[in-house]
Amino acid sequence: MIPARFTYQRASSVDEALAAVAEHGDDAKLLAGGQSLLPLMKLRFAAPELIVDIGPLDELRYVRLDGDELAVGAMTRHHDLQHDAVLAEHAPVLAQVAASVGDPQIRHRGTIGGSLVHADPAADLPAAVLALDGTLIARGPSGERRIPAAEFFQGPFETPLAPEELLTEIRVPVQDGLGWGFEKFTRRALDWAIVGVVVAGRSVALVNMGGTPLRASAVEAALARGASAAEAASVAAEGTSPADEPHATVEYREHLARVLTERALVSAGVS
Amino acid sequence: MKVSIEINGTTVSEEVEDRTLLVHFVREQAGLTATNIGCDTTSCGACTVLLDGESVKSCTVLAAQADGHAVTTLEGLHGDEGDLHPLQRAFREEHGLQCGFCTPGMIMASVSLLEGNPKPTRQEVRDGLEGNLCRCTGYHNIVNAVMNASGQEVQR
Ligand SMILES: Cc1cc2nc3c(=O)[nH]c(=O)nc-3n(C[C@H](O)[C@H](O)[C@H](O)COP(=O)(O)OP(=O)(O)OC[C@H]3O[C@@H](n4cnc5c(N)ncnc54)[C@H](O)[C@@H]3O)c2cc1C
Ligand code: FES
Ligand code: FES
Repeated sequence: MIPARFTYQRASSVDEALAAVAEHGDDAKLLAGGQSLLPLMKLRFAAPELIVDIGPLDELRYVRLDGDELAVGAMTRHHDLQHDAVLAEHAPVLAQVAASVGDPQIRHRGTIGGSLVHADPAADLPAAVLALDGTLIARGPSGERRIPAAEFFQGPFETPLAPEELLTEIRVPVQDGLGWGFEKFTRRALDWAIVGVVVAGRSVALVNMGGTPLRASAVEAALARGASAAEAASVAAEGTSPADEPHATVEYREHLARVLTERALVSAGVS
Repeated sequence: MKVSIEINGTTVSEEVEDRTLLVHFVREQAGLTATNIGCDTTSCGACTVLLDGESVKSCTVLAAQADGHAVTTLEGLHGDEGDLHPLQRAFREEHGLQCGFCTPGMIMASVSLLEGNPKPTRQEVRDGLEGNLCRCTGYHNIVNAVMNASGQEVQR
């Protein structure tokens, strides 16, 4: 399988990338790790006329502690997150979630920015950033804007980013001393989650229980009332709208959400 | 566009279409056919090569993205005298080779795995080869081969 014809352009700075996409609008696509975009192009689900490769933008590849927040560059690869010492200390859940994305080859290329902007309801990092109350920073022709994760995931593969905007950074509050848990159920190795759960402190987010990552608000409310892990997890499927598929029916996914939430809460130290 | 990629120590410069995939460049422009195309959907790992020392699925990287970078394929692993790389030798000793089609990718993924983790546990080997599918389901000997190459005990 070979993508439809396009023109390839390599960006050597954020400004250069912005100028290229501003000129071509919908016909252009940014290429980060390519681990979602290239498969789509090979299947001809996407056929941009211009590809702007932001792979060389190493200035967007970092994890930094900044006061009580962590700043993660959009071009930071899953493999980087998995092995980052700052993250291991201040937000280990993010490293753990990154370690579960695809396989080692995919993690060597795929980036956190690409995963968030792709906004696949079955993707893991979007739920993690949602659970962590993250903020996404985008740059466009009219400057920079900050978008809370809760407003960023609008539907399957749908975000408020304009084609001429570039995600530069993700910021999350440090999780020092907070419990965390991550559970993911897949059908086979390297696969996307049928259902996943990310717990960060008293925040709980679900993977693949709707068209976007979702906060399990009923679970969070139960925890706030002092419920046990089992009690809180019993309401994990409340307010969700999972897909009904032959290999994973709604009932099955709801069951998984409850079981995995309890396990993740227990890992996070909720008894 | 013109791309120049250092493959196994030799720079290959060719005019290609912008949409050329790295796996096609390696096989057709460089004439190195150990790197195989299995699934073509980023699942099987038969196309795994090292890009700047890291394993990648070359069916999901553009040749243009590798322009100016270094690629290692299975053909680049053996020593100057043609002596086998420790992983090639271990795959032979443990009969990890099986059907052969997936083996180049398995070996390249194993090289990358041992680079980051020289003494993996059996579970870590399985996780490290998660991106390489084998339809004959013979993973046991493959895990043994990686254990052997890392100087650890194999399971009979
Ligand atoms: C076999 C396989 C298994 C996988 N399994 C999982 C899994 O288990 N869990 C999971 O979460 N993911 C999984 N993935 C997807 C993987 O995580 C990708 O790496 C990731 O979703 C996309 O990141 P990327 O950097 O490769 O983005 P790309 O593919 O380069 O880009 C994706 C989209 O984001 C846009 N984009 C990228 N960066 C920016 C930016 N900085 N600003 C604005 N727009 C941008 C692109 O234009 C494109 O539309 C899997 C992929 C494969 C092929
Ligand atoms: S051919 Fe590239 S992963 Fe299967
Ligand atoms: S080694 Fe090729 S299918 Fe098993």
